[in-house]
Amino acid sequence: MSTAVAGERQWLRRALDAAMMLVLLVIAWQALYAAVGEVAITSPLGTVVKLAALLHSPAFWRNVSASATALAVSVVIASAAGVAAGLALGFHRFSGIVAEPILTALYTLPKVTLYPLVLLIFGLGISAKIAFGVMHGVIPVILFTMSAVRNIEPVHLKTARVLKLTAVQTAATILAPAVVPEIFTGLRVGFALTLLGVIIGEMFASQRGLGFLIINSMNTHDVPTMMAVIMLLIVFAVIVSSTLLALDRRLHRLG
Amino acid sequence: MSRASFVRLAVVAGFLLLLELLTRTGAIDNLVLIPPSEMVTQLWSMFRSGALDAAMAESFSNIALAFLLSVTFGFTAGLVIHALPRLRRLADPLLASYYAVPFFVFYPLLIAIFGLNRWPLVAIGFAFGAAAMVIATLNGLDRVPRVLRKVARVHRLGRGEEIFLIILPAASPHLFTGLKLALAYSFIGVLAGEFILSGGGLGYSIAYAYDAFDNQTMYALMFFVLALAVLLNAGLHLWEQRLLRRRRRA
Amino acid sequence: MAASAEEEKPKAEGGARARPGSAALHAQLKGIAKSYPAAEGHGLVHALGPLDLDLYAGEFMAVVGPSGCGKTTLLETIAGLTAPSAGTVAFEGREVKGRVPEGVGVVFQEDACLPWLSVWDNIAFGLRRAGAAAEDIRARVDYAVSFMGLGSFAGTYPAQLSGGMRQRVCIARTLVLEPRLILLDEPFGALDQQTRLLMGDELLRLWRETKATILLITHAIDEAVMLADRVGVMSARPGRFIELVETGWPQARDSRIVEEEAFGRLAAHVWSKLRGESMKALGREDDGGAGGRP
Repeated sequence: MSTAVAGERQWLRRALDAAMMLVLLVIAWQALYAAVGEVAITSPLGTVVKLAALLHSPAFWRNVSASATALAVSVVIASAAGVAAGLALGFHRFSGIVAEPILTALYTLPKVTLYPLVLLIFGLGISAKIAFGVMHGVIPVILFTMSAVRNIEPVHLKTARVLKLTAVQTAATILAPAVVPEIFTGLRVGFALTLLGVIIGEMFASQRGLGFLIINSMNTHDVPTMMAVIMLLIVFAVIVSSTLLALDRRLHRLG
Repeated sequence: MSRASFVRLAVVAGFLLLLELLTRTGAIDNLVLIPPSEMVTQLWSMFRSGALDAAMAESFSNIALAFLLSVTFGFTAGLVIHALPRLRRLADPLLASYYAVPFFVFYPLLIAIFGLNRWPLVAIGFAFGAAAMVIATLNGLDRVPRVLRKVARVHRLGRGEEIFLIILPAASPHLFTGLKLALAYSFIGVLAGEFILSGGGLGYSIAYAYDAFDNQTMYALMFFVLALAVLLNAGLHLWEQRLLRRRRRA
Repeated sequence: MAASAEEEKPKAEGGARARPGSAALHAQLKGIAKSYPAAEGHGLVHALGPLDLDLYAGEFMAVVGPSGCGKTTLLETIAGLTAPSAGTVAFEGREVKGRVPEGVGVVFQEDACLPWLSVWDNIAFGLRRAGAAAEDIRARVDYAVSFMGLGSFAGTYPAQLSGGMRQRVCIARTLVLEPRLILLDEPFGALDQQTRLLMGDELLRLWRETKATILLITHAIDEAVMLADRVGVMSARPGRFIELVETGWPQARDSRIVEEEAFGRLAAHVWSKLRGESMKALGREDDGGAGGRP
């Protein structure tokens, strides 16, 4: 849509649709609560109240920072390594062809089964969590980056030569805009998977972090805490992913 | 065999050989990793003795259940959503962000609701796989060329005939992709769940062996699960290639 | 822009052949018009009409017009694939409403082969749905296969064929149902000139064999003039008939008719009518179009 009015209308419609979806989910939640009872889950309101209480507790914030640190470091490593590897494999055609089926196979493996190995190598600390996160997140980044490089149109490169651009100029003005949208999509998918990896790692083998909190509260039958942390994670994931998605769409339109 | 396939095979084989070498010579401590050959022999003896039977039966049945539920629900939901534009507008943002949500966090909640049995596992596998099937179904239906729908009308096909004779075959490449993803995700979901917290199945056995410092069993099982995943996905991929070979432009 | 009419001005050299008017009326359009809402919700786009058309049994009619004039909409209205906003369509005396009537075959512009079926199965598709007996199906499909020159390709799949071959498959698939009215929407649009001319010959051969009524939509004037008994010249959007030109060709004709003097004169005449309309259509496109399609 080219007109500004139409664009605004579309945004408004999307926001309304999202709001409606949210309302439906909360209603479903409340209904489930009514059916199953306080023992198994907490009501929406109860969860929000509990979360507010948790946010005042320093112990809670220690867990949050443990997860956040692990997540941040994993994302940085997965993104950097993924883009670097993806660029290399994309530009060196043959390596890319050889590597792709291997990467795709790794992508669909239940990487959780490799966790014991990671723990044996890294021990039970934050480095293991970071390793989990990177393990999950790096592969989509590589695959998308490879694909982005392969999709560079030869005619653009020829144009660069005709215009006698230097390597740096070519990279900056022609290559970068061409590959950035797809690489960004890879980073977006990678982020979601990195988050998943870190959380699962915490659920399995950790004494700290939000994943650990969830399992721990389940073991101590502290249902409200469990639900509050789950809700926090979900909300966080949705907000970040929607933002990334909006950016992604913007990039693809420009590109 | 193409040059790329050969190199690929060489890379994988080389990697395994390297591991074998490093673990046998002690460069990698056997407390961390055992030689691949030992993994295989241990696995083989576990097969023979029937030690794996119960775990396999449990995992496979959970995966199969999650897969079947994902596929039937996913396909039906895809059909319905495609047919109702209002519903589609609601569902699209949900589907777009679906895999950004770490659904795994619901696992303990499901245990709290269903108890520590197979249902939380099946539910998680289903949650992972169903969305992929819905998305693939929507993609497939979207991409049925308009002219083929007109062909259906020219041949005066009824609604049911149109769906089974034209729309489904036209959408089948995408539907097959959905099947592949649903299976992979069901597999991952169930195994991850068993691993983190359950009372049985292959994932549980791996976690148990880890806690018991039983590297032999643990690595044998890990090898088994990974080999299984690779074979399953490769098998589906080859089958897909064969099915769709005729439809590819020459 | 001329008023829509059935003015038949015999333009052929020498004696015109027996007027189609003496034959039975096969299909009839009265006051057909089609409009749809514009993309931004501002009013209506008038795509077609109002126009009238009488199609006589057994004739070969071609329709030419500038792009966007509604030729495809016209064809789809006759076929019953689109409902007109106004007017009525009748086929063999009965109104066409919502469904494609039995006895009507359509060949589309786009590739309509079913990619998961072999050539033979593609052609048999409609027959099987109609519930014919197995030996009957085999006989008719084999005949259509050889008639369209697809003999050595019966077992191959559409993806392995060229565009021209694929169109032959679609034509064969239509043929095998023995339709009494065959509608073709720019069937040779994607083909090169030589193939088009040869396919034109095939179409004529098909017409003579099946004795069906044929309506061919094309943007190629020479093709229209070469193949048809009558050529309908449409105006720019909203499409209406400016003129219906009679060619007067004998039934036993083929592409070599282009060598005749009359051909050159007829083609020039059609172009003279069409030229102004084409410029109008182009001019309109430069203004950014008249809104989206439905």
